[in-house]
Amino acid sequence: MTGRIPLVDYLVLDDDQPHLVAQECTNCSARFFDRRNACANCFTAEFQAVPIATEGTVRAFTIVAFAAPGVPTPFVAAVVDCGGTQVRANLINVEPDAEHVHDGMKVRLATQSIGLDSEGTEAIGFGFEPAS
Amino acid sequence: MSASDEVWILGIKMTKFGKHTDLDTVDLAAEAATGALADAGVTMADIGVLAAGNLMNASAGIGQQLQKQIGQTGIPVYNVANACATGATALRTAIMAVKAGEVDYGLAVGVEKLAGAGLLGGGGTKKKDADTWTPAGRYGAVAPVDGRIGTETMPGVFAQIGMEYGHKYGGTSFELFAKISEKNHAHSTLNPLASYQKRFTLEQIMNDVMIAYPNTRPMCSANCDGAAAAVVCNGETLKSLSLEQQRRAVKVSASVLTTDPYEEGCQVLPNVNTLTRKAAAIAYEQAGVGPNDLDLVELHDCFATAELVHYDNLMLCDEGGAADFFNSGATWRDGKTPVNVSGGLESKGHPIAATGIANIWEVCHHLRGEAGDRQIANAKVGLAHVIGLGSACGVHILEKSTA
Repeated sequence: MTGRIPLVDYLVLDDDQPHLVAQECTNCSARFFDRRNACANCFTAEFQAVPIATEGTVRAFTIVAFAAPGVPTPFVAAVVDCGGTQVRANLINVEPDAEHVHDGMKVRLATQSIGLDSEGTEAIGFGFEPAS
Repeated sequence: MSASDEVWILGIKMTKFGKHTDLDTVDLAAEAATGALADAGVTMADIGVLAAGNLMNASAGIGQQLQKQIGQTGIPVYNVANACATGATALRTAIMAVKAGEVDYGLAVGVEKLAGAGLLGGGGTKKKDADTWTPAGRYGAVAPVDGRIGTETMPGVFAQIGMEYGHKYGGTSFELFAKISEKNHAHSTLNPLASYQKRFTLEQIMNDVMIAYPNTRPMCSANCDGAAAAVVCNGETLKSLSLEQQRRAVKVSASVLTTDPYEEGCQVLPNVNTLTRKAAAIAYEQAGVGPNDLDLVELHDCFATAELVHYDNLMLCDEGGAADFFNSGATWRDGKTPVNVSGGLESKGHPIAATGIANIWEVCHHLRGEAGDRQIANAKVGLAHVIGLGSACGVHILEKSTA
């Protein structure tokens, strides 16, 4: 079987519009990216899937130069504010140095290949790239 | 408050932090525990409860292992694990038992062998991709996400925590964070128990090996071996002891442990601010003192980027004013609110489970007037703070005895 599979299940690979989805609490609107048992804020156990804005601003970042074995460095790890929802991601398609990455920069979601498995399925990851 | 409600640190001991090639975990715990007992003037026969922590081997039962070497009296042992707040959690456990009136004396011990441990948080061995992509875990991930979706390493996580402070309030820079490290390394030269007692210039710090921007190597906590232990008792018990014991006892005016309350984004980047601010507010209320009353503070500078945010979280400065507060010189040992005069985790070292008792030892040392060359003159009130990621925060406020 060949095809594509997202790196994580909260990445939706719609052909033209790849985007992230969050589990939103139906009571208090708190948003989470993982499989939920209940809301950490209000304890409600009902959620609905909501799409996350694909553009945002960098709220925090670090340039990781020294990582666990097997993790390529350097890379930029960041928190991106996407319309009020905080998203954890790498910044990609940008030089990983303090001259090219800065607080508050405008970024947009982008996908990239993680590689093929033994059956030819391609895993697709995501990051955020400079929007201008 | 009646004397029976009061809690006192009667004895406390910190081992030398560093590389102890010839001592195992139990040796270090025993050195700290027997040292604290001797300092308190009591023996294992007096101790009613033992709380112990050793994070890296949390399932090994360090408390019982320790008893086998220093005294098996049949008392209850609570082996605790709470990330970098493990030591504070052990102490808090002993304090709760004393405060509940179940025991007259409690012993808390934290110990870690961490010299040469390297990078923490991302795992020490290469995580291999699977043969076929198969979703697993709470995110349905088909491959390891560390390095693909942000970072799980501690230097990178805490770098972002410092950078986020700059995003919210401004005033931060690589140089500012490096200057915080410069301060702590300068302080460490007066602490013979610190792992590293070497002063660095700002240039040396900024030009050292970059770990996770803006944290260079000397801006990261030093992995090392070490242990610390404390004996606590209530006020009634203290009154029955010698004047010398009463004079050297240090009052625990506040003992608080919190976890991170929900806030938007806290599951994306750990929020070490909410729980620290909450713990500090409760502690000041319990102790009846305010930030301006503090003669010294030992706070959790696991990275230089972390120290900055805790100036604000502990309310040592106005909200948003941490950069200005640091730039004023307030946190140097001759400043308004000396912070980490021990050298902090960046130079004293961070043997994880020992840290939350070692910082209290440092404060007690000053309150007792026994801190030698690095004594903060006339210190009467101090605060000790730790954060364990995940998260847990311990804040203790300590006061000099008036006996």
